[in-house]
Amino acid sequence: MGNEQLKEPDFNVRFEYRRKKSKEEMRFQLISFMLMIFLTILAFIAVGSNHFPPKFVIPFLLLLASVQVGFQLYYFMHASEKGHTFPMTFMYSAILVAFVTVLVFMTIIWW
Amino acid sequence: MNVTEKFTPQTWPEHPETATMEGKNKFIGFWLFLAGETVLFASLFATYLALKDSVPDASHPLAKDLFSLPLVFLMTMILLTSSLTSVYAIYHMRNYNFKKMQLWFAITVLLGASFLALEIYEFNHYVKEFGFTFGSSAFSSAYYTLVGTHGAHVTFGLGWITALIVRNAKRGLNLYNAPKYYVASLYWHFIDVVWVFIFTAVYLIGKVG
Repeated sequence: MGNEQLKEPDFNVRFEYRRKKSKEEMRFQLISFMLMIFLTILAFIAVGSNHFPPKFVIPFLLLLASVQVGFQLYYFMHASEKGHTFPMTFMYSAILVAFVTVLVFMTIIWW
Repeated sequence: MNVTEKFTPQTWPEHPETATMEGKNKFIGFWLFLAGETVLFASLFATYLALKDSVPDASHPLAKDLFSLPLVFLMTMILLTSSLTSVYAIYHMRNYNFKKMQLWFAITVLLGASFLALEIYEFNHYVKEFGFTFGSSAFSSAYYTLVGTHGAHVTFGLGWITALIVRNAKRGLNLYNAPKYYVASLYWHFIDVVWVFIFTAVYLIGKVG
């Protein structure tokens, strides 16, 4: 632990800096939350209004969902912080498998 | 390192969840688990999408007859907000504010419980009003398996977070339980990630056709 060598004033400076940084982070979290709410409302309006053809609505909904999941992973689950290379490698591999599974079931396999 | 050591907000590490070897292992292991869960849910989604509206006869309800958007919208808002409250909890954990962390996790549990109550109401409504039961069609089996597995995850998450809140109530925050809280919050966000795809692929696309 590098902290132990620091003298008292340094400690406080670092503490103040950290407090500020987490506050800043929290603001980003709040902004991403509001964007997620906005995207959700947009998705429900796209369907609820009955104005748009399915050919437009379905890709649009999938796009909104992907953006929302990006916010969840990178902000809410802190994946944008350092030390997330391995976790994100796992997740992207899983997303690839997930994508292929869904694609195969919807195109080659049918009942 | 003595994991039960008492800290002050000044001496508390910036990333308490990965400050110990145990925490690091939990962190990496849990993400690996979440990747596995992603694949599990993908297979359930794929099955649902392939079997959507596969019904034995015309009297059986289809996706567009069943789902009600206002209810799903409410459930989505509740779960999304509970995701934010658990972010607040982790924010306070990193600032070594045990009481506020417990409070925000408790709010998360309350929101999760109301989500679960709405889901139970929804399933009950489908069975009672539409005769849409687990065995009534391939569509209904796939639907209940997918959404029910998500509901089971919510239930498990509620039990897990409640257990953490109760178990550590008198203990306070230390480097032993900080990774536990962190990992539980990751699980909770993952539940919300799955729900984003459920409300999109099942309910909204189900309404479109």
